[in-house]
Amino acid sequence: MGTHSHHHDYNFSEQFTFTAKARGLSLVALAVGIVAVAIGLLSSEHIIVERTYANLLLMGYYFTCVCAAGGFFLALQFVTQAGWSSGLIRIPQAMASVLPIASVILLIITATGLFSHNLYHHWYAEGLTDPESPNYDALVAGKSAFLNAPGFLLRQVVFMGSYSICSWLLAKYSYNEDLQGGLNSYKKSFKLSALFLVIFGFTTPIWSFDTVMSLEAHWFSTMFGWYNFAAMWVSGLCVITLILILLKKSGYLAWVNENHLHDLGKLIFGFSIFWTYVWFAQFMLIWYANIPEETVYFYKRWEPEYKLWFWVNLFINFVVPILALMDRDAKRKMNILMIVCIVLLLGHWLDYYIMIMPGTVEVHRGFGWIEIGTALGFVGLFSFLVLNKLSRHALAPAKHPFLEESLHHQI
Amino acid sequence: MSNIKYIIGSFADPDELMDGIDKLQANNISIYDCFTPMPIHGIEAKLGVKPSRLPIAAFCFGLLGGTLGFSLLYYTMTYDWPMNIGGKPALPLPDFVPVTFECTILITALGMVATFFYRNHLFPGRAPRVMDLRATDDRFIIAIDANDNVDHEKIEGLLKEAGAVEVKYNERKYVSYE
Repeated sequence: MGTHSHHHDYNFSEQFTFTAKARGLSLVALAVGIVAVAIGLLSSEHIIVERTYANLLLMGYYFTCVCAAGGFFLALQFVTQAGWSSGLIRIPQAMASVLPIASVILLIITATGLFSHNLYHHWYAEGLTDPESPNYDALVAGKSAFLNAPGFLLRQVVFMGSYSICSWLLAKYSYNEDLQGGLNSYKKSFKLSALFLVIFGFTTPIWSFDTVMSLEAHWFSTMFGWYNFAAMWVSGLCVITLILILLKKSGYLAWVNENHLHDLGKLIFGFSIFWTYVWFAQFMLIWYANIPEETVYFYKRWEPEYKLWFWVNLFINFVVPILALMDRDAKRKMNILMIVCIVLLLGHWLDYYIMIMPGTVEVHRGFGWIEIGTALGFVGLFSFLVLNKLSRHALAPAKHPFLEESLHHQI
Repeated sequence: MSNIKYIIGSFADPDELMDGIDKLQANNISIYDCFTPMPIHGIEAKLGVKPSRLPIAAFCFGLLGGTLGFSLLYYTMTYDWPMNIGGKPALPLPDFVPVTFECTILITALGMVATFFYRNHLFPGRAPRVMDLRATDDRFIIAIDANDNVDHEKIEGLLKEAGAVEVKYNERKYVSYE
């Protein structure tokens, strides 16, 4: 409907103020995390060091995945030429800008974990590929063309490097657009997004094979990559929605309304079901075929240590969103959506916990100051970096070609 | 009483139609319905249209489909001819999930299409119910019940003022039967 001239009073140059209180809280959380990790890593007990490493991997991976989901969200909007999301796009942009830092942190964790034998010792240890050695492992030797330290590190650098560059550039183009206007930034973003999605789609499964699946190197599942992608995308959407709701509650982003929340809610709802679909596809085929080399993964997770949490994981990440977000109104009400987002973010922490812990610390798992401290530290770091980035630019991409469409979005 | 049943305001532009709705509502003239060749954002809220009950039908068809799918599996796999497949129990619930799920989707989809056809008189061979033929082509229509709203001159004035290109006085509700 182009004939009406629409009038609005939004202040698109509005900027987020990163208050001293929010800044202080996130830095305190980060400090708590650093202390917890330091105590864990300096412990004289080997199992505590390993447990700390497993937690660092969990949160480092979670942190990187959420930031990468920010970049993926941007690319998806540009490639589909979506208009509805342009009013809230500064939030995923802030997350995408932080991806390079998250990637470097995860790279440090995986590299030091590899060489200190605290992570990935199932495939990286003395003599595993040497037929003369008493440690010789025929299965690992057979996979060593892929699972070897130089190849692993190269893939980590290339994959996360390409995601970081693309995500950072997508955010930068949009910030440039604020200054220059015109369609130049949008066209460049469109082309880069198409390239990024191809890279991302083909490499994220391999990235998850390396980073998480290789913790149990004897086992493999071709569904694992999509399962990890689903977890990354749902948790990324939850973080975007949560930041949006918190900003709105603080009085920002007047131009974003329940229609935009509804769309984000639908994405969270739909991709929670997609997560379940992939989770179940992986589980059912292995359960029914009952081949020992495959069932070992679920066997470990059905030991008394993990079995309860294995089912709680499915409950939180499937039953909760499907019941809580089924209703149209639930997706349009800020408080319900906020609670579901928080529950799902905790749920996907548990999801990663179930993926990582049985392959690293096995029966020595725990839930205590290491888990809580590490998680707090990364939440603090994420909040500090993302909110800091958010406060540097206007909260609306005022010269985005589809901003007007976002203002009139109605579903 | 005249034989006029409905007054039809015919607009060439959706924004003018929306303006017409506002003008009629401001004068307490009740609108029977609007017909447009394409969806118009915000028109449901403006007219106070109640949310569709189609989801309720979908839920019922879903329950039916799920029950049918599960019953079929239970009867064949567990009750009538249980077989030992890979040492799994005779009631292997995880394996029942895909078929139950697919049956639920199938019956829901078919049932919703049937409900939609039933509600809108769209079965093949039925005459369509249309209050103005051009509402399916290039005109945006406001229909007003002529017996509930007696001041016809005022209505015509308001419609014309809002930009209606034509105002018709129809003695029959549906013109498509003629």
